[in-house]
Amino acid sequence: MTALLEVSDLSRAYEVRRGSWPFGKMATLHAVDGVSFELQAGRTLGLVGESGCGKTTTAKLVLGLVPVTGGEVRIDGESLPAAGTQPWRALRRRMQMVYQDPLGALDRRLSVGRQVMEPLAIHGLGGRLAEHREKAMAMMDAVGLAAHHFDRFPHELSGGQRQRIVLARALILDPQLLVCDEPISALDVSIQAQVVNLLLALQQRLGLAYLFISHDLRMIRQVSHEVAVMYLGRIVEQGDPDRLFAAPAHPYTQALVSAIPTHARQKRRRTVLPGEPPNPVDRPAGCAFHPRCRHAVARCRVETPQLRVLADGRRAACHLVEQIVASAA
Amino acid sequence: MPADRGADLAADRAHPGRVARFFEAWPPLTLIALAWIALMVIAAFGADLLAPYSFTGLDLRARLSPPVFMGGTWAHPLGSDELGRDVLSRLIMSIRLSLLIAFFGTLIAAALGTAVGFVAAHFRGKVEAVILMLIDFQASVPFLIVALAVLAFFGNNLVLFVLLMGLNSWERYARIARGLTLAANEQGYAAAVRQLGATNVRVYGLHVLPNIASTLIVSMTITFPETILLESGLSFLGLGIQPPLTSLGNMVGYGREYLTRAPWIMLSPAAVIVLTTLSISIVGDWLRDRLDPTLR
Repeated sequence: MTALLEVSDLSRAYEVRRGSWPFGKMATLHAVDGVSFELQAGRTLGLVGESGCGKTTTAKLVLGLVPVTGGEVRIDGESLPAAGTQPWRALRRRMQMVYQDPLGALDRRLSVGRQVMEPLAIHGLGGRLAEHREKAMAMMDAVGLAAHHFDRFPHELSGGQRQRIVLARALILDPQLLVCDEPISALDVSIQAQVVNLLLALQQRLGLAYLFISHDLRMIRQVSHEVAVMYLGRIVEQGDPDRLFAAPAHPYTQALVSAIPTHARQKRRRTVLPGEPPNPVDRPAGCAFHPRCRHAVARCRVETPQLRVLADGRRAACHLVEQIVASAA
Repeated sequence: MPADRGADLAADRAHPGRVARFFEAWPPLTLIALAWIALMVIAAFGADLLAPYSFTGLDLRARLSPPVFMGGTWAHPLGSDELGRDVLSRLIMSIRLSLLIAFFGTLIAAALGTAVGFVAAHFRGKVEAVILMLIDFQASVPFLIVALAVLAFFGNNLVLFVLLMGLNSWERYARIARGLTLAANEQGYAAAVRQLGATNVRVYGLHVLPNIASTLIVSMTITFPETILLESGLSFLGLGIQPPLTSLGNMVGYGREYLTRAPWIMLSPAAVIVLTTLSISIVGDWLRDRLDPTLR
């Protein structure tokens, strides 16, 4: 069975000028570099990493909003058409996006109801206006909005309600894949849980697949069937969330997991990484993580590690992963 | 009963009456400005009916007769000029011509500028660079000089003159439209709607344009008086509207020669220019607040 979403060796590079214009040399920024993953229908893949590691670029590449410079995105085995073309537009019915800033993603001048109905008009679905209205009402009800919200404007609603509108607008087309780019990070903590529970309930009911991007590790753990950890445009570890978070294999994942705040009283060894994440333009040779890694050996500076399948089915990109796992156990 | 009255006053403050609410939505200054603009529009449309005399009609026995408020007669309420032409009639015809030029000039500038701004924001890259260069060129060269050169080369006719007024200040709209469209395309609602599969026509026509319209309309209320002033300036220099046609600037220009003996020739068109430009600015200010749904 082909996966709903299949991403192989996905890359996106930008030409940037180093230093002050116009004297700098041109350099290449690898925002996303050789990312591969699969996503089955009805499943959730969580994508984590610190800011600037290429999560959002990956999301845009998957949706075809940004042209790829290498690799391929396949939906149900078919290659993604170029952005703006008719087939690409038709494909919008099957893949939709949820944004980090719902107020920015909504048109401030249109009532909520009209915005929820708009995708139907765009794709020429469902005939008359009354039917559109009925459908939009049903969808708004499904995401937990009341009928009286229909004629409101986005700025009159709360953050959680706005995110529900964005969801309703995305779901009215009955898509199979929803790319959620930090859908909860702009919301209050209490609202975050509500929206996440809504997303989980919708997945159950509609069989949606989520590509869920976040820097909130606990949220990712809660929603994902599989997690991929990104560092500087590459996936460094990928696997089952429970195993990955319980016993991270890659040194970077270990540091990430140890940074999750806990309420437990027991003392925990916290791995604090030295230095800042490097500028993606000056990606270190070999393993991009080696300058901050306490296990790094000479080989790490020269040879870029590839994702390898470990004994427990998980995958990690580290030359020393076996030793590290063995020493941790 | 002072206690009662106190309670009444407090109630008044808490629940402003119908009159107070009306004046909050329609401030008196705005109402006056709107009334003045309405008067100008009526004068422009009804010029042929309202003008007591033909604007070229001579009355040689009543040359330089003063207006009513300076001791004249009701035969010429705003006085007459050196050829005995009725100032009121000429003023009404001037209002018609000046408003026409300013209205179409502003409309052309807004349409052209907005379209160019959309094109720049949509295509980016080289197209945008060229358009930005044109914008900077337009902004850095005094338009009066460009207008003088064009009128000197191509001669003068009304259509050319209106088109020229339309070229004035298009760059302001282009800048506004480009900037706001870029912001919308990058992160905001336009990107979201495009992601839904909308065509460019829908994105720009149904989403971006209504969202930036309030800014553009306010900008138009700034350009409109400027166009009137530019037309007045060019006519004053003798390069704008040519006699026997008459415009506000043209009247001021010719009235200048009689400033000491017959100031009324210049006074009334000058007053109309000032009041009209001021009114439109006031209305523009008020419109900006009215057109924003988030302020309602």
